[in-house]
Amino acid sequence: MKYEKRFSDRKFDELREMDAKVGIIERADGSAMFKIGKTIAIAAVYGPRQLHPAFLRNPQKGILRCNYNMMSFSGSGDRVKPGPSRRSREISMVIENALIPVLDLSDFPNAVIDVFIELIQTDAGTRCAGITAAAMALADSGLTMKDLVSAVSVGKVGDKIVVDLDKEEEDFEGGATDIPIAMTPRTGKITLLQLDGEISKEELDKALKASRDACNKIYELQKKALKEKYGEKNV
Amino acid sequence: MEKSKLLVEERQIVVPGDILAEGMDYLPEQGTFREDDKIIASNVGMVSIKGRLIKLIALNGKYIPRTGDVVIGRITNVATMNWLVDIGYAYEAGLSLKEATSDYIPRGEDLTQFYDFGENIMTKVITVSRAKMIDLTMKGPGLRKLKGGRIIEITPSKVPRIIGREGSMVNMIKDATNTQIIIGQNGKIWIHSEDPLNELKAEEAIKFVDDNCHKDGLTEEVKKFLEKK
Repeated sequence: MKYEKRFSDRKFDELREMDAKVGIIERADGSAMFKIGKTIAIAAVYGPRQLHPAFLRNPQKGILRCNYNMMSFSGSGDRVKPGPSRRSREISMVIENALIPVLDLSDFPNAVIDVFIELIQTDAGTRCAGITAAAMALADSGLTMKDLVSAVSVGKVGDKIVVDLDKEEEDFEGGATDIPIAMTPRTGKITLLQLDGEISKEELDKALKASRDACNKIYELQKKALKEKYGEKNV
Repeated sequence: MEKSKLLVEERQIVVPGDILAEGMDYLPEQGTFREDDKIIASNVGMVSIKGRLIKLIALNGKYIPRTGDVVIGRITNVATMNWLVDIGYAYEAGLSLKEATSDYIPRGEDLTQFYDFGENIMTKVITVSRAKMIDLTMKGPGLRKLKGGRIIEITPSKVPRIIGREGSMVNMIKDATNTQIIIGQNGKIWIHSEDPLNELKAEEAIKFVDDNCHKDGLTEEVKKFLEKK
């Protein structure tokens, strides 16, 4: 089915309007907010601190524990049932895996770094917004990192490759394939790629290429937000 | 061989992943690492270049204990042979009987009479093992229990700025507010005075230094700040 013009009047490779802020939660060791379109994610980092329950401890290096949560009022339709779900458990796990490659936790045996990601408003692309916010929050907490992590969703809506799908596009009746991608922008290595739906090899290639440009734009914003917090005091 | 190139300026703020220099002529130090022929930042920090060495001055992050640090800690647990102390690190530090006091303590004595739960102490780090076992001592000049007063926390990396050159900053605050101040390397600061209003004044002054840490001529500004109060 043909998809000629995006519902939101954007170009096919255009991201939604973005905003990022670092250091929004006073009591956390690191925190950040990332907004893309109507999706807003806030991330808070606590730690390194003692890990409980103790059987999860790793005496060789620290562990990263992410908690993804959609707030009950965050959706566009029905109330989201609060508390952990099968879906949020899985997303927490993939976010952990997307962030761990840039962290060096060998200095913190038996300890944990907790990352809480709360979605206060959602319009698709929540795990990507969560990863982007969490990467900034981790840097804000002063941890040693090889790089930041930027994430965006790309996909196929109808017959077109599009960047940064919103909810309306995800539910496109002509068929939509959503591919969340996270990468380390400096090296371009992919730390998260999920795909269910139908897409040809050529189209996937095209989508990956589009995600690279989009991630670089997000990366610039992440850097700007971090420097804003620490830079203002030095002028 | 290609010429080495510096990509940042002194005192510039960088974030993890920023490329600081290209080529093998520069050497990575604290807060940076080498990847192929590039030097890359691994923390949020301010660039400091000394000859060929590039390092970052940390602007955030938790306290990392080092041998010899004088810190302020809170007793979190009293065991049969030792105390556990929270010093603001990921791991609790241990204070053994031998290092706590020279008094004779009979077997089975109630240790809370020396240091009780929740009490604050000024203590010194003697060892930090690879397994993150931290040993403390109370034997040393000035090491003691901190009674009364208040404890505030600042970013540990800003401690040198609060102390100032040979203690100039903290001495100025002490004199102007008529308070006793003890600064732990872990970013905890104990302020004590007969008059709680003086403590409040000193606290505000320290917060002011914490917020304006990177300004030039900070001592002068703090002086003005204190006179206004």
